[in-house]
Amino acid sequence: MDHTFHLPNSGHNFDAKASKMGMWLFLYTELLLFGGLFLVYMVYRELNSEAFLLASFKLNVWMGTFNTVLLITSSMTIAMSITALQKGNKILSIRLMWITILAALGFLIVKYFEWGAKFDHGLFPGMDHYQQLPTGERLYFYLYFFMTGLHGLHVIVGAVFIMFVIRGVKKGSVTPERYSLSENAGLYWHLVDLIWIYLFPLFYLIH
Amino acid sequence: MTVDTLPYTTFFKAKKGIMSWLFTLDHKRVALLYLYSIMTFFLVGASLGILMRLELFHPGKDIVEPHTYNQIFTLHGVIMIFLFIIPSIPAVFGNFFLPLLLGTDDVAFPKLNLFSFWLYVIGALFALGTLVLGDGPADTGWTFYAPYSVRTGTNVTMSVVAAFVLGFSSILTGLNFIVTIHRLRTPGMGFNQMPLFAWSLYATSWIQLLATPVIGITLLMIVAERVFGVGLFDPSIGGDPVLYQHMFWIYSHPAVYIMALPAMGIVSEIIPTFAQRTIFGYKAIAYSSMAIAFIGYFVWGHHMFTSGMSGPAAYIFSILTFLVAIPTSIKVFNWLATLYKGSINIETPLLFALAFIFNFLIGGLTGLVNGALAADIHLHDTYFVVGHFHYVMFGGTGFAFFGALHYWFPKIWGKMYNKKVANTAFATLLIGFNILYFPMIILGIMGMPRRYYDYLPEFTFWNQISTVGSWITVSSLIVLIVNLFVAANKGKKAPDNPWDGITLEWQTKSPPPLENFDKMPKIPEGGPYNYPNAKSSS
Repeated sequence: MDHTFHLPNSGHNFDAKASKMGMWLFLYTELLLFGGLFLVYMVYRELNSEAFLLASFKLNVWMGTFNTVLLITSSMTIAMSITALQKGNKILSIRLMWITILAALGFLIVKYFEWGAKFDHGLFPGMDHYQQLPTGERLYFYLYFFMTGLHGLHVIVGAVFIMFVIRGVKKGSVTPERYSLSENAGLYWHLVDLIWIYLFPLFYLIH
Repeated sequence: MTVDTLPYTTFFKAKKGIMSWLFTLDHKRVALLYLYSIMTFFLVGASLGILMRLELFHPGKDIVEPHTYNQIFTLHGVIMIFLFIIPSIPAVFGNFFLPLLLGTDDVAFPKLNLFSFWLYVIGALFALGTLVLGDGPADTGWTFYAPYSVRTGTNVTMSVVAAFVLGFSSILTGLNFIVTIHRLRTPGMGFNQMPLFAWSLYATSWIQLLATPVIGITLLMIVAERVFGVGLFDPSIGGDPVLYQHMFWIYSHPAVYIMALPAMGIVSEIIPTFAQRTIFGYKAIAYSSMAIAFIGYFVWGHHMFTSGMSGPAAYIFSILTFLVAIPTSIKVFNWLATLYKGSINIETPLLFALAFIFNFLIGGLTGLVNGALAADIHLHDTYFVVGHFHYVMFGGTGFAFFGALHYWFPKIWGKMYNKKVANTAFATLLIGFNILYFPMIILGIMGMPRRYYDYLPEFTFWNQISTVGSWITVSSLIVLIVNLFVAANKGKKAPDNPWDGITLEWQTKSPPPLENFDKMPKIPEGGPYNYPNAKSSS
């Protein structure tokens, strides 16, 4: 009896709409996670605007700009890869995903040199030079490392996510008819990009 | 277990072995895993509470050092908030009954559901790990207020990580429920045909989803501050401790509604069933849940009236706090109106639901006293607040939790408990509870500050009354739990629908089969509580 009857609205059915909705909800939580940090940034920027400005001159705007271009480009390639998959071109889709991952890697390498330079100058929280900075600048660098660090983690997670999609396409669990995993990876990657779009001006550009 | 004579396999017997439980994808089994863990932690938390009451029996030192006392009340708070009350109703009864109420066989993401449970376990291990690792459990209070939480030598980092992981578990449960409600309702069931428990879970889930990340990031900042010795909230290095309080309460006030809303949902299920009558004001109850969730987001400042807040901000937060009372009283009004002229069948679950209304009324009204600016200056950080939130949390959510346990017990286990014992346990619990917490309200008005392990001699009388109340409370809880334990093993077989309920979970067998329904469930015509034999119509 219970082997013959199946509910049409089973939770174990594949439901592309449900998984996409779940992804969107998860993105809301990510936004609020960073939202807390943006709030703290806003308060301390207001209280220490002079010091934040001075500290921001110590960042390398060109490296930041390069990374911004990398991420925006990668957002484009991931979007193209989803369309390629939907149109049935698996090989192109996989290639575009690899390009996205390469961009992520490039972003992290640039970040490595950027952070490395700050370490050399002793600007990481707890280091000598950092301790001698005025309070406002210390808060700035603290937030800089916290926020870009958390964002960097998201870049890594996003890249790993895309690798899972590549594996899925190769194994056949992600197909032109069943592409919600690829779409979700794209959504996540756009979020990573979008957060950077806010971090970049907040730390590098505002004068 | 008695031999089942019916030709179907219950979800208990559908699969065998410990692994089939620990890695189950069945929402019912996940719910029971939660139930057993949550009840365990509830008993641990209650024991810590008893210890505190014993220490407070006399002024001065009785059984523990002041430092230990601080650790005890912190651990009591952390366990009761993060391990018991936040997951309690959603993770246990939400998981078990949301799919049944909607007429489906599982939540939208069964694997994610299991993952939430395991996150809960990991978080619990972190919370308990502070007992043996590092320099002992945190002594900051469950709020982890900076700068003390940054400076104390106790193992705050680990407690905070525990809260972070548990928060993540709670977010994923909320996410799962929202998608489940949107996607898996049985064909023909619109949002306005959903049972009210589903509505309250929907509102709760949105809070879990949108408030919890804020505490997540705040707690991470505390961890970073402790690890790197620099940071954002300690004023000695330019941070602002009041900012921490804001960030903390931006989550933790909405979290109060994570605890209260599902309890209101339970009451909205129990009352129409035992009055055998259409619920009065279905839409008002459903939408007031959403209203509470929405307004509840903007009232966090009322925890900080005495922490340094501008006049206009305080007025606004105070007014918003009063606004929350409106949707809440709409619910109470509707529950009472449902009972009016109903065919009331007094059973244990109904008693718990009525006690919920009584306790919640005291808890809610004392909340308004706190929300009034002038009164709050006097009462802030006194035992009045402790009394107030225990009336809401334990008297409200706790009673609803036990009400739900008695309401759905026959459905989950297919057995019936001894009703006389259950009613007695209920009565003594209600009496003990009030003896335990009402003196706290009086003590607060007399001016006894909270959190201290010592007090002035003039407070002795009410403290001793309260401690006696704690003994009655715990004894009743033991009787209540043992009664259910015995019933689960040796109780008489219960019919599939012992209370004549008409929501969908009563249309399947008890205990339900693995797939929940073996035929299409039928939605009651004219609304989820449209009892066919009701004497009067509204």
